[in-house]
Amino acid sequence: MLFAVLIPLIITLSIPFLSKFKGKIHPGVFVFFVPLGIFIYFVRYVGEGFSPVLESNPWIPSMNIFMDFYLDGLSLLFVLLISGIGALVTLYSIFYLHKSEKLAHFYVYLLMFMTAMLGVVLSDNIYVLYSFWELTSISSFLLIGFWNHREGSRYGAMKSMLITVFGGLSMLGGFILLHVITGTSSIQAMIADTDAILGSAYLPLILGLLLLGAFTKSAQFPFHIWLPDAMEAPTPVSAYLHSATMVKAGIFLVARFSPIFTGYQWFFIIVSGIGILTLCWASYMAVRQTDLKGILAFSTISQLGMIMAMLGFGTKAAVFAAVFHILNHATFKGSLFMIAGIIDHETGSRDIRKLGGLMTLMPISMTLALFGTFSMAGVPLPFLNGFYSKELFFENALDIGDTTLWIATMMKQVIPYLAVFGSIFTFVYSMYLFFGTFTGGQKLEELPKKPHEAPIGMLAAPIILVGGVIIIGLFPNLFNESFLAHAAEAISGEEVHKHIAFWHGLSPAFFMSLTVVALGTLLFVFRERWWKIYQTIPGSLSFNKVYNRLLSGLDVYSANLTNSYMNGSLRRYTALIISTIFLVTTTVMIGTGGFTWKTDDLAAITYPELLVGVLVSVAAIATIFAKDNVAAIIILGVAGYGQALLFVFYRAPDLALTQLAVETITVALLLLCFYHLPQLRTRTEGLGIKLTNGIIAIAFGSMMALIGISAHSSKWFSVISDYFLETSHDLGGGDNVVNVILVDMRGLDTLFEITVLGIAAFSIYTLIKLRRSKEGE
Amino acid sequence: MEIIMSVVAGILFAAGIYNILQKQLLRIVIGTVILSNGAHLFIITMGKLKRGAPPVLEYGITEYADPLPQALVLTSIVISFGLTSLLLVLSYRAAQENETDNMEKLRGNHDE
Repeated sequence: MLFAVLIPLIITLSIPFLSKFKGKIHPGVFVFFVPLGIFIYFVRYVGEGFSPVLESNPWIPSMNIFMDFYLDGLSLLFVLLISGIGALVTLYSIFYLHKSEKLAHFYVYLLMFMTAMLGVVLSDNIYVLYSFWELTSISSFLLIGFWNHREGSRYGAMKSMLITVFGGLSMLGGFILLHVITGTSSIQAMIADTDAILGSAYLPLILGLLLLGAFTKSAQFPFHIWLPDAMEAPTPVSAYLHSATMVKAGIFLVARFSPIFTGYQWFFIIVSGIGILTLCWASYMAVRQTDLKGILAFSTISQLGMIMAMLGFGTKAAVFAAVFHILNHATFKGSLFMIAGIIDHETGSRDIRKLGGLMTLMPISMTLALFGTFSMAGVPLPFLNGFYSKELFFENALDIGDTTLWIATMMKQVIPYLAVFGSIFTFVYSMYLFFGTFTGGQKLEELPKKPHEAPIGMLAAPIILVGGVIIIGLFPNLFNESFLAHAAEAISGEEVHKHIAFWHGLSPAFFMSLTVVALGTLLFVFRERWWKIYQTIPGSLSFNKVYNRLLSGLDVYSANLTNSYMNGSLRRYTALIISTIFLVTTTVMIGTGGFTWKTDDLAAITYPELLVGVLVSVAAIATIFAKDNVAAIIILGVAGYGQALLFVFYRAPDLALTQLAVETITVALLLLCFYHLPQLRTRTEGLGIKLTNGIIAIAFGSMMALIGISAHSSKWFSVISDYFLETSHDLGGGDNVVNVILVDMRGLDTLFEITVLGIAAFSIYTLIKLRRSKEGE
Repeated sequence: MEIIMSVVAGILFAAGIYNILQKQLLRIVIGTVILSNGAHLFIITMGKLKRGAPPVLEYGITEYADPLPQALVLTSIVISFGLTSLLLVLSYRAAQENETDNMEKLRGNHDE
């Protein structure tokens, strides 16, 4: 299985070489065999005697992360969908994409996506699952933005990326919590440890985070907004990713984890509530669309909502219906996308207002679309698979499992009505899609191309899919025991046996179907009368607006925040830095009781030193008030020499010498530099700024004084200087201990201090000598 | 004495900071010089003040001033001198090239 998962990724390496033949053979021809091979590899497993297979490959064993692949009925269903539809989509893309496109890029992304998707559905390890999950987001991003010269493509790709990655990261959070609680990273082991998860205090958080991941990926309300914008992708991508596979990854996730959560009331409430809401909202919104792919995008969203709702119901029959509808939806929606692509390809437009009367020009596409749309609408005919799953959906909406929570019992009353409401609009948009495109007057003058039937190669893939629609429609029980029952068993944890019949008496579900068809027909026929309602609901309200506001608001907010303190004034930065140091240090010192005061073990106060100390302080303060630059420099010199005197008092002859020398040179340099800039003597400053600066300076100074006193008052251990004093003569061969320390004991400091001086000297030299005239650059 | 010297160091810090926050380049250079003076005094004070002879070994004397802070301060003086002179020449050149030494006018471009 490892090989089967990774083979598309391995094949990508050869794509650049294959595109060398681009002139003669379409690279898609080579790629076609990859999903086909995978399909054949996995189809061997289908059969009544199927039992789950686990394959373990070490990846990061030290962190308990194994590339475990677990093939049960659910994975098998998805694997076959991914590889089967993948093969058909590749076939279709060979005829859809012209050789002048960047085909190498396209097939690399597509194969990358295939690996990612196979990995998602087969992984048993949560971290491996997450890695593949994000790879689907990335490859979907690349595919949506395939025509990256278009503004819309870039916008759609960005949007889908932001939303799905947001969900993916939430899901990772849920996974980590699950790992912490159960102590294992294997999904099957977690399912075996359900009680621990259900008993955990983090249960609501886990459920919320996991569902965020699933809902964003599967375009559930209100995260559905990325899917219509993802229609900017080439049509094979929309058919593959955004109808059959990737958007079902969220469904897969919910299905995979539902054995853990089925007993939990909130799982039912959230999953079926959001599912039903998505179904109704998206089918209502789909009628409003004018772009063929736009209709199909909203239709996909609503169908996904329906599947999600059935998973939420959690009964055996509902789970089976969900699985059945996953299969059915993949067949008819895949074919409808391909037909929309054919229409786009052959007429040059996807705008349903410009299309019409294509029935005679494109008879084969028309026939295929007829089956697809009628199946989607759930028209009760015995050769359309959509009808069966819709009927099962109604049955299950009426028969929701036992619940005790008041909100759940309330929902039980409402769900059947909402289900019918959503289905009516599904019927309306399906009819609109079909009749709007293929019947009515021809508007050939509005179309960029003269429409004609597509080549047979392009029609092959939708023909096969529609064949699937009809075969499942005629023999609804064909795959039940060998295939679907295993998938349903993997979700519900029990054996599921279900017989589907076209005619099953005058049940309530049948009347619901009749209502849908009757009301749907009425609404469709009189659509001109009521379409104005869209101007009031939703009118200008939309979640796209929320998304755009959020995004631009975030930009504006961060820009404002940054500009509020990064205004380019260095003084302001310095003031902020110093205030921050002051605040943090003071808080920490006070919080830890750092400020102490002890008067023992102090040196005696003598007047000469006191006098010099006062002198230094006064001189330092006087530099501030000196009006004249030269005066300020001289006063600075006074402070420096005062400091040298202090060093003399404190028995530091070397320091005093150095300080004297350095102070002399500094003062000389200052005078040299600024005596030559006499014109720059502007010093006007507002009182407010003076006051603020004064407060900052005084606060910082007092803090440092207090720290000095506290440091002296809390000496914890004796000094190591005794060692220097004892060994200076014998080991260092010198009596001046300070100098011995500088060149013997801690010679490295001195070495680099010399380096510092050297660098400073070089820099000064460069600054003065190296001049590049402004024009000469 | 240590307490007084801590206060003196604190005053030096305050004066240095105030100078650094001014808008004239020269004042900023003066501020850094005062600030480093304050730091040096701080380090010396953190050792013990006036406990014995200067740390030059002489027969018969057992009490010496702590030599380690002195060595540290010596290193620091030299480094801050190098820095000050570089800063000085840099601000001199900046004032000369831009024809202003007003920090409020010396702002980066929009791409910073």
